[in-house]
Amino acid sequence: MASSLKADLRVSIGSLMLKNPVMTASGTFGYAKEFEPYVNLHRLGAVVVKGISLEPRAGNPPPRIVETSCGMLNAIGLENVGVERFVSEKMQVLQDVNVPVVVNILGDSLEEYREIAQRLHGVPGIAAIEVNISCPNVKKGGVAFGTDPEMAAAVTRAVKDESSVPVIVKLSPNVTDISVIARAVEDGGADGLSLINTLIGMAIDYKTRRPRIANVIGGLSGPAIKPVALRMVYQVSQAVHIPVIGIGGIETAEDVIEFMLAGATAVQIGTANFINPRASEEAVEGLTRYVNDEKLSSIQDIIGGLVVG
Amino acid sequence: MSQFQEKTEITRVEQLTEDIFRLTLKSQEIASKAKPGQFVMIRTGMGKDPLLRRPFSISQTSSGKYFQILFKVVGRGTSILAHTYVGERLSVLGPLGSGFQFDCKADNCLVGGGMGIAPLLFLGKSMLRTCTIKPPTIVLGARNKDELAPLIKDFKELGLAVYPATDDGSLGLHGMVTDVLKGLDLASNCKMSVCGPIPMMSAVHLFCKKHEIDCQVSMETAMACGMGACLGCIVPLAKGGYAHACSDGPVFDAKELLWQVR
Repeated sequence: MASSLKADLRVSIGSLMLKNPVMTASGTFGYAKEFEPYVNLHRLGAVVVKGISLEPRAGNPPPRIVETSCGMLNAIGLENVGVERFVSEKMQVLQDVNVPVVVNILGDSLEEYREIAQRLHGVPGIAAIEVNISCPNVKKGGVAFGTDPEMAAAVTRAVKDESSVPVIVKLSPNVTDISVIARAVEDGGADGLSLINTLIGMAIDYKTRRPRIANVIGGLSGPAIKPVALRMVYQVSQAVHIPVIGIGGIETAEDVIEFMLAGATAVQIGTANFINPRASEEAVEGLTRYVNDEKLSSIQDIIGGLVVG
Repeated sequence: MSQFQEKTEITRVEQLTEDIFRLTLKSQEIASKAKPGQFVMIRTGMGKDPLLRRPFSISQTSSGKYFQILFKVVGRGTSILAHTYVGERLSVLGPLGSGFQFDCKADNCLVGGGMGIAPLLFLGKSMLRTCTIKPPTIVLGARNKDELAPLIKDFKELGLAVYPATDDGSLGLHGMVTDVLKGLDLASNCKMSVCGPIPMMSAVHLFCKKHEIDCQVSMETAMACGMGACLGCIVPLAKGGYAHACSDGPVFDAKELLWQVR
């Protein structure tokens, strides 16, 4: 069916060439291996693995997730195996899956970000680094870098200095003007921007008078945040010259097209992976059909193609 | 790994009590591969609200083609499932998780509470099919007779001895499943398989610890994906840190878990 169709879906983020614009978002696709029973991983543009810190992190106590209207709230707290085990165990497995691997990194200080980037330098199979400066669910660090333009630029520069692969910076939507941060990160030397991370939210059980997640506040994701994400992608792609990767409530090829029209060069599918593990591959199939049906020479033709007025 | 995402067909919808329902679903892939204690993630509709799949343990399989889930209506997801009809198709992921271990040479005792009884039927049937020595002892608890009687029926039809307990004494022993256990003559090589509310499992764990009995428990937690990606379904471990109910469990050796009485 769709697999027999040919279409030019190629896009690039700096020197990172992708066979199509569909990536999976960090923290929603494990280390990719978990999805192998359901997805032909090699058909995806790239996979972004769960955020890696210098030391292993146990994450937040339960409950960590709760469903909200058309979305979910999470406060996982960046549970991860740490950079050492990631390189020795997870990367070994990831090298076999035949898909570009983007490694998401996070830290509590500039030095931590720098050191993780050093440890990942030269590790075979890493196609790009995504710098998480926007996690809302840890007490210190993370989001502090994402809300201050100077800090955001400094982290970008630090990671860029230590990396030979493209560096993407993942932005927080929990700021007054995301374009300001975006421009600062561009000035810091980023090869691309990904946005948005989750919106800070909260859910309360009125019967018990308790918050529904132990961390009290958490990150909202899913279809509920798509309009906010589209707006931010639209604004940021007009504010910077580097490629923008759209994230936020994307489930289908139609969603991908909307984000590309708003100015995204590529996208990441997140929460939808939990509901339909094949969502990313199905989006690629849908884009193939779209390019054929619309007789486009390339999917790139629609980037920023929003018709206003 | 044998896991599938299937469009299954509902072949039977049964209302067992006012708020307990049983669905029979047709899927050769899932039914033929499922082991007792494993679960499925079911999408209650194709819309965006409710968004996430819901986890259900498999309560039994038949003919290698059908499997059943048993649930109580507790929220919107289960309410939607209670109003499904024969012929409707549901998206199901599974079978997921580790499942129960069982040893035919041991004296097996299955202890269930409320909806936690569901996977024990599958386990009990598997033991009867596989083990020739001694059928398992079944101890089941619930709030009252109305809730427990329809759940006990399946075990009785298999010819298994069931020891019931209810909170109000309307069926079987007036008390908890641990009160039943105290009155049973359990062999020293007994192996306990437990599924139910956390306080119940905690009490059974303490009983087993005291009597040096092996105890495995099936943990129910909130989860988004069921396949080890969302990291939402954590269970605290005795040694510190967490395990993931979906991929490390849902069945755990009770000694490995951190039991807190809140």
